[in-house]
Amino acid sequence: MRAALSQVEVVRPRGLDHALDLLSEPADRRPTPLAGGTDLFVYLNAGDESRGRFLDLSPLRGLRGIRVVGGTVTIGALATFREIREHAVIRRRLPALSAAAAEVGGWQIQNRATLAGNIANASPAGDSLPVLLALDAVVRVASKRGVRDLPIHRVFTGYRKLAFDPDELIVSIAIPFPSAGTVTFFRKVGTRRAQSISKVVFCGSIAFGRGRGRSGGTPHHVQLAYGSMAAVPLRAEAAEGVLLEGPPSAERARAARLALAEDLTPIDDVRSDRDYRMDVAGNVLDQFLRNASPGYTRS
Amino acid sequence: MSDPGSGVNKVATVSLTVNGRRRRVRVPPMKRLLDVLREDLALPGSKEGCGEGECGACSVLMDGVSVNSCLIAASQAEGARIVTVEGLAPARGVSRLQQAFIDFGGAQCGICTPGMLITATELLRRTRGRVPSDAEVREALVGNLCRCTGYQKIVDAVRAAAGAGRATKRPAGAKRGAKRASGAGRSKTRRPGRKAK
Repeated sequence: MRAALSQVEVVRPRGLDHALDLLSEPADRRPTPLAGGTDLFVYLNAGDESRGRFLDLSPLRGLRGIRVVGGTVTIGALATFREIREHAVIRRRLPALSAAAAEVGGWQIQNRATLAGNIANASPAGDSLPVLLALDAVVRVASKRGVRDLPIHRVFTGYRKLAFDPDELIVSIAIPFPSAGTVTFFRKVGTRRAQSISKVVFCGSIAFGRGRGRSGGTPHHVQLAYGSMAAVPLRAEAAEGVLLEGPPSAERARAARLALAEDLTPIDDVRSDRDYRMDVAGNVLDQFLRNASPGYTRS
Repeated sequence: MSDPGSGVNKVATVSLTVNGRRRRVRVPPMKRLLDVLREDLALPGSKEGCGEGECGACSVLMDGVSVNSCLIAASQAEGARIVTVEGLAPARGVSRLQQAFIDFGGAQCGICTPGMLITATELLRRTRGRVPSDAEVREALVGNLCRCTGYQKIVDAVRAAAGAGRATKRPAGAKRGAKRASGAGRSKTRRPGRKAK
């Protein structure tokens, strides 16, 4: 076996309080939380020895499961993408989230990987993260100092940097159901149809005001979120602003697409180059808008 | 492997059930389940391909669902029921799914085959009572890469295993190239006493 893996220690907490005690230890002793392990083991298998101690979250039953209360679904930190994609209420009320969960890796990954882990790994390419941004998710973290809720748009502060303190543990993610009539859309673009790291990943949600439901007047709500298009997953606020200015038209769709240049700062890397990513980001926006209202194709 | 300097015990005792047998191993807690199976339990059927959860050659069933055993810590397998490819066959011969892989040419070089069989087993459990569509089989197997077959023979084999009362021998004309017709044809055969949707 690999040398690095024979040297590390795993702590199994007796309960959440014990886990939080362990996380409050000094930095050189503080263990790294381990849930499904589908990201952490990739680093370990590649020879990363920066983590010497792990906190196995699997004994923490309180972090399992998915609960629906009122108009909000709360996803425990140990809930897997398999549980998320199959959850009947999520399928009906948050279809963009089930779509994203169904495209994270293959079945083997979905059976282990968690939404909380996707956040904690803080990759700009995390498949589920644009969905959380487009749907106003709230992340609950706990530490010995207490519990706090952080809106998802404040979570990613820089390349692979999170707003949480090191002694804080993600315990759940809450997502409110969009209001009736909201259209949501998820699209992941990778090298192959499945099992790839995204070149561009997108989630949009839009709701129109007056008029005939979906395709009526000026939208009162537009959220566009991208992954793999900047150092962090982020909202495209300039493009959102353009769409909020008036009723759907082909001209407005074009203007929104142009505004993406202000929002997105993709890089050239092994998966794609900048220009290609910008083109694709615009194409998925067009696809979303066509889907949301035929008005965006009329001139 | 314990470290007297820090007083930290770096060996864990893990109890798990593998292919129906209760086993106990003393291993470093982050030793990969794949290595525990291959090295400590002498079950080399699960393979290592990529070591990062892309190829699926290391797939095993853990509490009934397929997982990449190269991404699982031994300590996280505590109390788990593991089934490897060695555990799929009945005491004599091979399972219906395995026979279908043979009949349809679904196994060529063989490296991906154990993982394919494991994930297909999960699929057949989930779709019990009906034959999964071509697209469903492909979706289920996205986490299992094969560089030999071009996948169609594997898809045909899985569907045949779901539909045929008994996959005994190669269906007439199911040599190379006769794949789709025979696969789909057989899949429509209803097993007596079974509900098909």
